Amino acid sequence: MAKRIDVHGLTAYYGAHKAIEDITMHVEPTSVTAFIGPSGCGKSTLLRTLNRMHEVTPGGRVEGKVLLDNEDLYGPEVDPVAVRRTVGMVFQRPNPFPTMSIYDNVAAGLRLNGIRYRKSELDDIVERNLRGANLWHEVKDRLNRPGSGLSGGQQQRLCIARAIAVEPEVLLMDEPCSALDPISTLAIEDLIDKLKTRYTIVIVTHNMQQAARVSDRTAFFNLPAVGRPGRLIEVDATEKIFSNPSVPDTEDYISGRFG
Amino acid sequence: MNATTQRHPGGASRRAARLGDRIFAGLAKGSGITLLLTMAAVAVFLTVRATLALREDEGNFLTTFEWRTGGEDPEFGIAVLLFGTAASSLIAMLLAVPVAVGIALFLTHYAPRRLAAPIAWLVDLLAAVPSIVYGLWGALYLVPRLTGCYEWLDGAFGWTGVLSYAGAPARSLMTVGILLAVMILPIVTSVTREVFRQTPRATQEAALALGATRWEVVRMTVLPFGRSGIVSASMLGLGRALGETMAVATVLSPSFLIHASLLDSGGGTFAQNIASQFKEADTAGRDALIASGLVLFLLTLLVNGAARLIIARRREYAGAAL
Ligand SMILES: Nc1ncnc2c1ncn2[C@@H]1O[C@H](COP(=O)(O)OP(=O)(O)OP(=O)(O)O)[C@@H](O)[C@H]1O
Ligand SMILES: [Mg+2]
Repeated sequence: MAKRIDVHGLTAYYGAHKAIEDITMHVEPTSVTAFIGPSGCGKSTLLRTLNRMHEVTPGGRVEGKVLLDNEDLYGPEVDPVAVRRTVGMVFQRPNPFPTMSIYDNVAAGLRLNGIRYRKSELDDIVERNLRGANLWHEVKDRLNRPGSGLSGGQQQRLCIARAIAVEPEVLLMDEPCSALDPISTLAIEDLIDKLKTRYTIVIVTHNMQQAARVSDRTAFFNLPAVGRPGRLIEVDATEKIFSNPSVPDTEDYISGRFG
Repeated sequence: MNATTQRHPGGASRRAARLGDRIFAGLAKGSGITLLLTMAAVAVFLTVRATLALREDEGNFLTTFEWRTGGEDPEFGIAVLLFGTAASSLIAMLLAVPVAVGIALFLTHYAPRRLAAPIAWLVDLLAAVPSIVYGLWGALYLVPRLTGCYEWLDGAFGWTGVLSYAGAPARSLMTVGILLAVMILPIVTSVTREVFRQTPRATQEAALALGATRWEVVRMTVLPFGRSGIVSASMLGLGRALGETMAVATVLSPSFLIHASLLDSGGGTFAQNIASQFKEADTAGRDALIASGLVLFLLTLLVNGAARLIIARRREYAGAAL
């Protein structure tokens, strides 16, 4: 089941450097939320706090709360490994496991869960998720070839297949199309549209058209000044943000009139 | 247009650069040729002397359990040396490689940075200790302490024969193997550590984001990625173990016998045998030692070739299955 995310007064640091400050917002289940904003305003940082990947960076630490269906991800008894199994992630640069075949890449997460699958079961799951990621027809004849032998767009869809194979509740995507050509980008946008019926999706993007095309809600982040932490400026329905935002800065950014 | 002029500013300096290139190319070629000539000279010298020795040998050079090079009918063979070298190096590898991989993993993926740096430094420092110091440490510290261990091993596994122990001072191939393990540990550790450190961050994050525990990250990304590096590191260590001289000569009590048990004193290795006998040997004796040295050289070459093959094969499949 897709879950709702509530972020409460979240501040994230890299060592002594405060990257984002006091962010409060929510993300609706079974919908797509886009994060937009200038480079360095902390979109990736915020995204990574949502599945406790932020603390993997040396010095990374978080204050505040992130509730996943009312359960605090940063609660004292929460295991970050379990969180990451529930909240999947797709990175900006495609990162399939270079030492594994296409098949093993998709199955990697399932093998982690410690459940033993029968070969036929695993075959089914791999096929279903490759189909889910619109990649099946391109790779069905070479499942045992290395995943690193695919094109960048195919690799990114492989990474999506890998992420959804473990059936997460939430899927986080950090500029998933920034390294891709327009056709692969469209393929992934179609995929996102299909996936949002089952998952809660958060996508970071620098492409305004993409945000407008795929997302239901959009959050705009900005840096109040150089060297200051990034802040949430506003979050609203995508249509509203792109046609009639409440804050003038948002309009300036979207229309390209920006500092 | 502009860019071109900027890259090659003026004809004069371009010619100067060409001259520099030519001088450097000549230098490189010259040193290459010198190196080849030196190696060829060494090879010819060794082969000639070795052939002389082999012609004198009354026994079978490969199977004789004896090393009598002087007198009327000299009889010598490398059976004992080959066995001793192989056995002690193998023991060293079996002990050192897993430990080295463990330390390297600990340093790169488990230890907090404050701890990792000094430990890494310490391990590197161990590599700088001269081998004679290891030898003295082995003879004075390790040997007396191993006696107890060997008695215990004899009690538990003596029935295998390989691990039975008669009770003499522990100056055996096993002791040599253990000492060699300690000696090759630093180099194997530091090479493995470097390889593990190069595991791409993005790949490790991919595993983490799938919900992998730290150990699963290691198993899914670090170990497969570092496999060929572990092989190269092991081979580097093996090369050192095969050729180690002073430490072995200090610890081993040499004899031209192959014991069924690895724990009983005696045996010999190529390098140790050369070091122990070279001073007293006459010309014929030295030729015989050179012949044995040539075998050691071939052995090392073989090991390196095998390692390269393994690495090349792995590279071909580097992308495929785990
Ligand atoms: N690993 C890190 N160590 C230290 N500071 C970091 C690290 N990663 C990011 N930062 C800092 O945190 C702030 C936010 O960075 P973040 O990557 O979240 O921005 P972003 O909005 O994703 O930018 P972009 O659009 O360029 O990806 C920046 O000031 C950046 O310098
Ligand atoms: Mg970013």
